[in-house]
Amino acid sequence: MSLGEAPYRLVAVSAGTGEPSTTRMLTDRAVQAVVARLRDSGRNTAAYVVELAPLAAEIGQSLVLGRPTPAVAEAIDRLAAADGLVVATPVYKAGISGLLKSFVDILDNDLLIATPVLLAATAGSARHAMVVDDQLRPLFAFLRALPAPTSLFAAPEDWGSSDLGERIGRAAGELAALMASGVGREIADGGWTAYQHSFGGRATRAERTGTDVDLDTDLMRLATGGAYAPAPSASTPPAPRPPGTEEKP
Amino acid sequence: MQFGIFGVGDIAPDPATGTPRTEAERIQDTIRVAQAADDLGLDVFAFGEHHNPPFVASAPPVLLGYLAAATTNILLSTSVTLITTNDPVRIAEEYAFLQHVARGRMDLMLGRGNTVPVYPWFGQDIRQGVPLALEHYNLLHRLWREDVVDWEGTFRTPLQGFTATPRPLDGVPPFVWHGAIRTPEIAEQAAYYGNGYFANHLLAPNFHFKPLVDFYRQRFAHYGHGTPEQAIVGLGGQAFIAKRSQDAYDRFRPYFESYPMFRGTSLEQIARDTPLSVGSPQEVIDKTMTFREGFGDYQRQLWAMDIGTLPVGPALEQVELLATEVVPVLRREMAARRAPGVPDAPTHAALVRAAYGDAEPRRARPRPNSGDNTSGPLPYLDSDPERPASLPRFA
Repeated sequence: MSLGEAPYRLVAVSAGTGEPSTTRMLTDRAVQAVVARLRDSGRNTAAYVVELAPLAAEIGQSLVLGRPTPAVAEAIDRLAAADGLVVATPVYKAGISGLLKSFVDILDNDLLIATPVLLAATAGSARHAMVVDDQLRPLFAFLRALPAPTSLFAAPEDWGSSDLGERIGRAAGELAALMASGVGREIADGGWTAYQHSFGGRATRAERTGTDVDLDTDLMRLATGGAYAPAPSASTPPAPRPPGTEEKP
Repeated sequence: MQFGIFGVGDIAPDPATGTPRTEAERIQDTIRVAQAADDLGLDVFAFGEHHNPPFVASAPPVLLGYLAAATTNILLSTSVTLITTNDPVRIAEEYAFLQHVARGRMDLMLGRGNTVPVYPWFGQDIRQGVPLALEHYNLLHRLWREDVVDWEGTFRTPLQGFTATPRPLDGVPPFVWHGAIRTPEIAEQAAYYGNGYFANHLLAPNFHFKPLVDFYRQRFAHYGHGTPEQAIVGLGGQAFIAKRSQDAYDRFRPYFESYPMFRGTSLEQIARDTPLSVGSPQEVIDKTMTFREGFGDYQRQLWAMDIGTLPVGPALEQVELLATEVVPVLRREMAARRAPGVPDAPTHAALVRAAYGDAEPRRARPRPNSGDNTSGPLPYLDSDPERPASLPRFA
């Protein structure tokens, strides 16, 4: 690896709404730390922060429409192309921001498969410290992303403590290591077909044109007049028989 | 190229009164709109299919059978016929019957449907929606082409020695369009059989459906039905027309804003970002011409004009504006730009010509009742003796 190679793409999502926002402050500090770690290991990084607040109305519209509006689609495409993510949310009413959840709700299920992600939250009280691990981590587990082992959490008193800086350094080191190892890319490339996908999705590996479509599948054989013989699934009940067609002993 | 309208018999409160139409009114209004489309020279009226309020669209063959008598020229179709929850045997029977009643002036569009509970209501499993649609069509295809079908599959009770009646008019099955908005397997099936492919082209960004249309075109050529440009493509759309652009926006706005699909959006935004056309006739013409630029020459354009919030008066005005101010220009302009060799959508007459040339088409005459309410193993006078029915034995 060297500084001459294509820079890593680090994308941060900040769901903070204040100006200034402590969520954005935590985001920026994490991003700076990750960029510094990667630079120390010999790679340039291009960082970009997606602020959700200016997209709030369009995120709501996208949710209702079932498809992202152009500005939201642009933000989603940045996430899709990222080598690593920082995701930061304020804690509201003992939970993650609804704005962040709404944004995540419109992502394709396969958008962030094996994407390394650093999870972060801010709150008005240290009593919310587990929100990030209790709520953000399962969310990104559902998305099959790769959350770094250390999550970041900052209550007001943390901004006066050097411990926060140390935790940021540790978490940034973990994300940088995940990004530099290429393990996410290896997982996604190697097992892509084993995850659920839909045609025309926004993931970088999604089937977008006819040439991407896998024709060697049970369903494609059925589409062309063949018999349907998938592996039997225990969760699928057999089709009901019409009256009078019960099997005779 | 064919131009027409499609609808699903939706009912929504009239924004002026807050009162929804009765089901009886909505059904009669749908008939009036279809008759107006016929009188005004539109090419296609397509209808259906939903199985729950606030829709009256549960029985398209019944409506279309009535319209076959109540209209003269317009081609009657569906948007869509549910290939998942309908028994393909009933589809084969009902639509072949409609084909006879309408003297060939019909075709149909198949789709999976988008209402989750309709699957369990009809005894099916939505998780099996795609294979269900594919297997059901494979069977439907055979039922219209083989007098005697022995069949066994995953989703339906097996058939032995079954003959779908009546046999298709002139021995030529109704032309089938496969509607799909996200499923390459459906486009592949349309291409494999040389059938049409239709994208509803609604509520999605402009040209969102182009990758699937392109895939269908490539696969149509792969299976030897012609060049990609000769594949049979249909597109939906939605329009609201007034002589002056701003009047179109002003008049449509209350109907748009009370339309459940558009909650939380703005008319300007949807008109800009999706195939919805709102404006003067020329603006609707211009936007529709961009469809051809994006998707290539295509065969059928349908618009949703008669939507649930729109009372029948304005709906009839819209159909008239479409038929008199928009479609004649589009007909001319589309034809002028059409590449040589691009076919029209098949009509019954064209399919008969392709199948028989100048020869006499098939006239299916059943053999007499053999005493057990069947006509025996060779059900028609011209049945192929190489393929006799193996009828189930009765205990």
